[in-house]
Formats: sequence, structure tokens, C-alpha cells
Amino acid sequence: MALDTVANAAAHPEVVQPWRELGLKEDEYARINEILGRRPTASELAMYSVMWSEHCSYKSSKVHLKQFGEKAPHSDALLVGIGENAGVVDIGQGYAVTFKIESHNHPSFVEPYQGAATGVGGIVRDILTMGARPIAVMDPLRFGPADAPDTHRVLPGIVAGVGGYGNCLGLPNIGGEVVFDATYAGNPLVNALCVGVMRHEDIKLATAHGTGNLVVLFGAKTGGDGIGGVSVLASETFASGKAAKRPSVQVGDPFAEKVLIECSLEIFAEDLVVGIQDLGGAGLSCATSELASAGSGGMSIQLEKVPLRDPSLSPEEILMSESQERMCAIIEPAKLARFMQICKKWDVTATVIGEVTEGTRLEITFNGELIVDVPPRTVAHDGPVYNRPIAKPAYLDSLTPTSLPAVDSADAIKSELLKLISSPNIADKSWVTDQYDRYVQGNSVLAQPEDSGMVRIDEKTNLGVAISTDANARWSYLDPYNGAKLALLESCRNIATTGAKPLAVTNCLNFGSPEDPGVMWQFAETVRGLADICLEMGLPVTGGNVSFYNQTGSVAILPTPVIGVLGVIQDVTTRTKMGIPAAGLQIFQLGNTADNFSGSEWAHLYGQMGDHAPTPDIAAEVRLINLLLEAQPLFESAHDLSDGGLAAALTEATLRNGVGATISLPGEYIPGGVAAALFSETPGRVLITVDPKNHEALATLATKYEVPMHELGITGGDSLVINEAVIPLTELRTAHTETLPRLFG
Amino acid sequence: MRIGVVTFPGSLDDTSALRAIRLAGGTPVPLFHASDDLKEVEAVVLPGGFSYGDYLRCGAISRFAPIMSSIIIAAEHGFPVLGICNGFQILCESHLLPGALTRNQGLHFVCTDQPLTVENNSTPWTSGYAKGDRLVIPIKNGEGSFQASAQTLAELESEGRVVLRYAVKNPNGSKNDIAGITNARGNVVGVMPHPEQAIESLTGPSEDGLKFFTSILQSMVGR
Repeated sequence: MALDTVANAAAHPEVVQPWRELGLKEDEYARINEILGRRPTASELAMYSVMWSEHCSYKSSKVHLKQFGEKAPHSDALLVGIGENAGVVDIGQGYAVTFKIESHNHPSFVEPYQGAATGVGGIVRDILTMGARPIAVMDPLRFGPADAPDTHRVLPGIVAGVGGYGNCLGLPNIGGEVVFDATYAGNPLVNALCVGVMRHEDIKLATAHGTGNLVVLFGAKTGGDGIGGVSVLASETFASGKAAKRPSVQVGDPFAEKVLIECSLEIFAEDLVVGIQDLGGAGLSCATSELASAGSGGMSIQLEKVPLRDPSLSPEEILMSESQERMCAIIEPAKLARFMQICKKWDVTATVIGEVTEGTRLEITFNGELIVDVPPRTVAHDGPVYNRPIAKPAYLDSLTPTSLPAVDSADAIKSELLKLISSPNIADKSWVTDQYDRYVQGNSVLAQPEDSGMVRIDEKTNLGVAISTDANARWSYLDPYNGAKLALLESCRNIATTGAKPLAVTNCLNFGSPEDPGVMWQFAETVRGLADICLEMGLPVTGGNVSFYNQTGSVAILPTPVIGVLGVIQDVTTRTKMGIPAAGLQIFQLGNTADNFSGSEWAHLYGQMGDHAPTPDIAAEVRLINLLLEAQPLFESAHDLSDGGLAAALTEATLRNGVGATISLPGEYIPGGVAAALFSETPGRVLITVDPKNHEALATLATKYEVPMHELGITGGDSLVINEAVIPLTELRTAHTETLPRLFG
Repeated sequence: MRIGVVTFPGSLDDTSALRAIRLAGGTPVPLFHASDDLKEVEAVVLPGGFSYGDYLRCGAISRFAPIMSSIIIAAEHGFPVLGICNGFQILCESHLLPGALTRNQGLHFVCTDQPLTVENNSTPWTSGYAKGDRLVIPIKNGEGSFQASAQTLAELESEGRVVLRYAVKNPNGSKNDIAGITNARGNVVGVMPHPEQAIESLTGPSEDGLKFFTSILQSMVGR
């Protein structure tokens, strides 16, 4: 196979190139020709095609995502904003925290274990790249119906992959979600969040400055995995005699990543790098073009120096390979020796593959022949931008209100409650989360099933952070604008319920095809809602991720914006847990209940969607959060009311420590009666228990913050008693915990 | 009192073990696999994790680390060694302890708050407990099922060398519910549960693991 050099490309404009097979549109290919003033070489075509893909270029979402910049609230906490590998916020005492969530949906559908594993690996490297030590992960997962064959194909592998990779890295997995819905059949969502911590002065950026500085590739060797669409280039057009297409899903090696983490942190501690970038999607193409375009622009790379696992790789494949566990650093020549010493200590392969140059071009040679000569910015940032057509979907005009049974007897209370809390979405998720190490590092203060995960940052001062991820995709389906707002408010409430103050937001926006105007409308509305609520709450968005094309045929997934909120707690020993700790406590509900059955789990059990999402009452939510934070010392336990309403919250709160409760419903304040009291999912509510001696103090604070407070009953006994319905905790526990083991073995 | 904790490539609970020693009142000393220098520690902990990614077999590669050659010789002369989880696996691979840790029954990684019973309080690592004490300490492993020949099991039982036993529920199919054992001399102890993750009630399910570390400090003083 002849090398397609720059000279060859200039001399042979007539060569027909497989741009269409690489996913480029005709006008995009024409634009590349225009930028270069000639046809691209095979390597250049490979780079542009991957970097201009939806995944890397955000070409369909960019015009909407810019709202996060335009509506950004002023925040003193934001140290590094959107655009770097992950945003960074100041949490005080000289500490900075970085966190981000990303999707790995499609690879996890193709190859569940490796897809999920490398999803964790990728987000962890993003966090590490900022200079931070990764301290925790979380994984919101969504699957098709729990009894569907494809769910049984993907779920065990995805869960084992998340655990297999994260456990081996020594990162506690402190929360996440497991949700089942028919629209995710064939489109499982695997979102992975990582949080890391560093000192302010240790923040690192992805930039290549300083002529003569060296470009060093370190970590795993480059193999043929994760090449994806580029195998079209290599195997079909340019080398038809070559072996079969290469696997498009990457294969992870968590041990290599663990060693890479320790090696990198030691390198950072000695301040040996000018800039750093991890190799994820689009591999070296992305790392070199982004580093160069964030610097002065010039960089030369000698591609034959890249250490290979498979010596038969073509230059295009080396540029495209998404082999995991690799990093690219910019280093001053004087610091190279020490850098190499540390890599040797950890048995990490490190190779100088190029240098920062004076010019403004990214030049890549292969055995001395020039195969890439491009302005790096055109690859990394000047991809196409689409303003795709938007149309409100027709389904919104044919929604029907819920029609659900009355819950008017003790038998009905008991049977409906047991049905709900044993349904796959509400049932205990230990089958999943017991496959994740939640203890490693010894700083996990709270982990699932608590309202938020919480990690101690400083052992002396007890400073800590809390993280929660939330989405209610059915509300987003009914009303994407308010659905996004409600997801963020719920996440904030989860943070405040454990005693932490919300500080910053990340998001992972999972949608169907952007070429469907209805999906694009859902997306546009979601982004508008999220940008508005962040401004209203004064919370900066530090970064995020968009995943489109989550659909099977014409059926898109429910619009699923997963919102992650980071909070700060000054003293983690004061955190509030969700389980009722003792008998003899008063039980209160903060916030009012209305009959919000649309989009609820209870309605979902009856196959109903309903017709409207709740309207968020932002002022009331803010007052509730402020009350939660100020009244925290008065709480014996606190638990957010969300999926499954009060019924689910009472089940979880009683089963956590095996302390029962006696509840009287409804108070006259509840429209919709007992059914609403138990199963409505009205936002802005929290279940708390209080020592009777603190009742008055709490009531005073609730009045101050104008938060309605309803006494529900008292803790104690070995049953959950609701009006005349008596449910022994043993029966409740069996119903709650046996569902997932029964389904998944 | 200097107690070492070895970091192998892929060790994960090394920092927690160092913290546990500090909170117990000892002086934690980090040791690195690539050196055979024990830095004058008086006892050593092999921590949990996935050393060498569990490649080949759990602990099979770490067993050949330079630090292990020093530890094996010292252990044969009575030097106290505690292997936790992956450390237990390394001790079995080193033949300092009998038997092997195999894939969990059920084939899943299991992380849970595990009830345990103390069976032997005559080792330097468990002397602070009473025989029969009920503990709750996390387990977190994929290969924690203890297997040994009938003869070895009979020896372990008759010589009282089972240190910890799973109570309430055997989580992984271990023979005789064995969660931890000691060598004939009693100085080398291997346990699958993670006592270093049950030191503070803030971050663990209990403080039941602390006595592993106070016990060794007491034992050394008494010597």
C-alpha cells in the first residue's frame, strides 16, 4: 500500500476518496478541500472525519449549547469553565474539585462489558488530565424493560464492566441510577461520572506552548482497537487485501490505567508538564490537534515513533486508534529525564513523538514523508455547525391524563405499595451496586442508596463534597423545558438533603437522532430549560456531554438529560443519612403534595404516561434547600421524595436500619387523597425524622423559610403502618429486595 | 512502632491501611514492591487491591516482587505479616499460608458489610479481640472463595488456625465459612475482609477493624 503523502495528494487530485463511508457529508468534504487547497491525504481525511463527527464536534448541538455561556450566572467558585477536559470549581481551603459526566452508550450496546469499562476509563482520564486525583465515580444506567431479552444480554455485562474497571482503579462507586424503560431497549444508556480533587496551584490545561518543547506519548501502546469507521479507509479502499475490519469497541486494561494515574500524579506533583491531554475519542488526532490549537499552533509529529501493539497498523489507523490508557504531555526538554525516570518507576512506556514548532501547522510525518499538514484549529474547532430543523413533536397533542385506581382501603394501600416498591425501577438496587467497591480510599461518607454520594476531602478539617445525578425522562418527554429544570432541582435537593450546599452542575444529554426535528425540539427545549435554571439557581455549568442517535429505527429514547450536581459540606461528620435511626422520633414531610401522577412510577406500572409534567416552583425549592441546610442539626434522618413518592421514601427509610413507622394519611391538605399522598411525585418534598425535643425549633425555622411542614407519624416497631394497613418490615424487605436477584440471578 | 504497608503496582487499599495504622497509634511506613528494604519496620501489611491487575492469578506476580523475598524470609522467622484481600492472595501464592482464593460462587464481585466471628485471638493481629466476638467488616472482592484440600482444612481446624469465619451468610462459597487463617506459628495472618475499611464509623460500617491494628501494636510492646 503506497503512502498517501501530501505531495501525492497535491499531484493526484483525481483520487476518489471514501469520505461518505467515513460519515462526512458532501459539503463537509468540499470544505476540507477548500481549507487545504487540495484534496486531503488519507490520514488527513481520517482526522477530519473523526474530529468533525457528531461525537467530537458537537455540530448539531453547538448552536444550542452556547446558551450555557450566554446565560452563565456569575460564580466566584468557577476556576476552569466549559471547553477544557473538565470544569474546575473552588471548594475552599485551597482545594479545587473537577467533575464531569460522559456517555458511552453505543459501545456498551455493541459490547456491554468493554463498552461500560472504557466509559469509566475515559471519564477518569478526563479528570486526571486536569491535574486531579480521581476520588469517586458514579454510573447512571438505563435499560430496556427488566424482563426483555436484550436487557438480559446487556445489563450483566455493563454492570460487571463498570465494576471491573472502577474497582480495579481503586475508585469508590458512590451512587448512580438504574432505570428501566421500553424506549431504552436496544439503546442502553451508560453514563459515567468522575470527580477528582487537587490544590488550586496544581490545575493542568490541555495546551502546547513553547517552541522546542517535546510531545510525549505515555501509557499503553497503540493497538488496532476502537478504530471504528476509519477501518473503511484502511481495509476497504486503500488495502483491499488486508484482514477483516478491526473491532470498533475499545478494550480496557484498568491495571494499565491505575498505574498511569499514579505515574501521572507523581509527574504533576513535580510540575514536569507544560500541558497535558488524554487520548480518548479520536485518539492521537484529537490530542495533537487540540493541544496544538490551544497553544501557538505549530507541532510536528513523527508518527513512526508511536509504540505499537500491532506493527501492521497503517498511519491512518495509528492516528485514529482509540486504544485506552494513553496520555499526551508537552514537556520542556530539561525536564524530560526526570519525567522518564518516573515513568520507568511505574513501568509506563513513554516516547517522545514530536515537538512544538514555531509555525502554525500541525505536520505529521511517517518515516520522513509528510502525510498531514493542516492548520490544527480547522481539525479541532472549525468543524461544521448545523442549525438543524426543529419542530414540536405531534405526540404532545395527543397526551391523555392518567386514570388510576382509588386507594381507599387498607388492602389497597398494602397491595399497591408492595406492587410499586417491588417494581424494577423502585426495587432495591443492591444486586447492581454490591458489584461496585464503595469503600476503597476510606473516604466514602455516603454511598448508594443514600440521596447523594459524599466523600471526605480533608481528614483534618472534614471538608467534603457531595454528588448526585438525576433525570426524570418521562417528565422530559412530557415537557422537556421543565423536565430539565426539575431534574436539576431534584439533584440540588438530594445534595441539600444530605447537608451539602449545591455548587456546580455537569450534564449528560442523551437523545435520539438530531436529524429528527421532533428530537431536536426536545433537545433545544432541554438546553434552554437547563441554561435558565442554572442562571436562576446561580449554579455554573462546568461541562457536559451530548449523546445523539440513541434510537432504534424511528423510535427515539425518552429525552434523558442526566444532571449531576456537586455540593460542598464543611464538616462531613454532620451529614444527614436517609435511614430512620431509632424509635420514638416524629416524622414530618416538608413541602406540599399535589396529584402529580403524570410521568410517575405508579402510573408507569399501569402503562400510563399522563399529560403534563409538574411546573417547577423555583422559589419554593430554594426556600426548602435553605431550610434543609440551616435545620440540618435538628434532623435525625432526611430523605428526598422523588421516584415512587412517599411510598418509596418510607420503604427505603424504614428498611435502611430496620426501624418501622406508623403513618396517618392523608392530612386534609392533600388533593387526590391517600393515592396522591403515597404515590404522587410532586417535586420539592423531603421526608424527615426529628427528636420531639427539636420539634419546636424546626417549626420555627420552617415558618421562617415558609416551608409547609406536615406531621405524618412516629417511628418505631417492626412494621410500616399506614392508616389501617400493616406491612411487616420482613414482608416489605422481601418485596423490595428480591426483584433484581430474581430477574438477573 | 513502625509498621510497613507494601505498595505493589495496582495496590488500592494501601493508603487506607497506612491511615488505619496511624489511627491505631502506630507509625505507618510506606514500602515499595521494587525494593527489598523493609526499612526497619516491626510488622508489615500487604494491602488489598488488584496488584498486577490480577493477571495470571491473583497475587501470582506480586509474590515475586523484591520486597516479598525479604518478607518471606522474615516471616519464616516469626515476623508479623497481615495480608488483606489481595494481600491474603499473595500470601497463599507465596506459600506462607495454605490453600487458595478462587472465583466467588455466583461469579460476581461482592461488596457488602459482612458479619464475621473471631475464631482465634492468639495471633498478634487479633489478640485484642475475644474469641467469639461478632464483627461487621466490609468484604469487596471477586476471588474470595477459600479452597483447600480436605487434609489442609482438617489441619487448619484441628490446630485452631481459622482466624475469622463468615457469620449469618457465606458470601462466596468459602470452605468451612473461612474468612481468614494463620500459619502454624501464628505470625502470618490472611483475611479476605478489609479491617482497614472499618476503622471510623464515618466511612465504614463499624469500627470493628481497628483492633487488628491496635492488637499488633500491643503485641509488639509486650514482646
